[in-house]
Amino acid sequence: MQFDSFADFIAMGGYGFYVWLSFGSCALILLGILFSSLNDTKRIFSSVKQQALREERIKKAKQEAGQ
Amino acid sequence: MWKWLHPYAKADRAYQLCNTLLPYFAVVTVVCMIVGWVWGLAYAPADYQQKDSYRIIFIHVPSAILSMGAYSSMAIAAVIALVWQLRNAELAVIAIAPVGACVTAIALITGAAWGKPMWGAWWVWDARLTSELILLFLYLGVLSLYHAFEDKKAAGRAACILAIVGVINLPIIHFSVEWWNTLHQGATITKFDTKAIDPSMFWPLMVNIVAFAGFVGVVTLIRLKNEILQREKHRPWVRDMLERG
Repeated sequence: MQFDSFADFIAMGGYGFYVWLSFGSCALILLGILFSSLNDTKRIFSSVKQQALREERIKKAKQEAGQ
Repeated sequence: MWKWLHPYAKADRAYQLCNTLLPYFAVVTVVCMIVGWVWGLAYAPADYQQKDSYRIIFIHVPSAILSMGAYSSMAIAAVIALVWQLRNAELAVIAIAPVGACVTAIALITGAAWGKPMWGAWWVWDARLTSELILLFLYLGVLSLYHAFEDKKAAGRAACILAIVGVINLPIIHFSVEWWNTLHQGATITKFDTKAIDPSMFWPLMVNIVAFAGFVGVVTLIRLKNEILQREKHRPWVRDMLERG
């Protein structure tokens, strides 16, 4: 460990602002793209499921109308 | 080899391959990211000149390397898409571009946050910085070109051509610190003959590079899955898979 205390670690020898700005924005961007991609997967899954249900309903309605 | 590769031209096989690879990439990324950040921030020794501000290197260099690495992979996928007319390769181009743009943005932001205390300026119009900024615009250009066309076939072709043309920027970025007078320091790890970096800093840097590469892989795989699903959503295999899962 290069730092004597937690406060020292945060201060980064006086460069704390720049170091944490870098690591903070980096983490934010990485998590942002990751979760937006995962969210897209969820959205596509639910739209496919909805479409399948809809087609089933139409099929059923057509069958009932035919009887 | 072609016989072995051929099934992956099919969308459902490619989708399964993504699913198989994803956990490995995820584990490597999580482990290396945690180890790399803790090592780089807390355990690596401070630089004799730049003191603790140099710790930005542990994300700046990996993101800069991966911004170029991701672009190369995107361009290779674009060549494959144009030459062999493989649709999955085209989807890969579109899957890589957003994450490539993200790591390029990180390289630029961390570079600015490093430049301010060391050079006294957030931004200077020097060759390295400007060419890296152009790389960001190339990623954004590929993406917006793809989304500008209604016809996805034409869109894919246009995006692929731009991706390939943009490769010219990669050697410019790499050699910019040698070709022009610049504030940016020279290469740190790509010249192996001279010891520009001490092992106590080199290894945490390596771990972080692997972490970033893994991360780009993870997001690319997730986005490639999304693109495949989006394009194949009316096919029976997608519905079968969703009903089973």
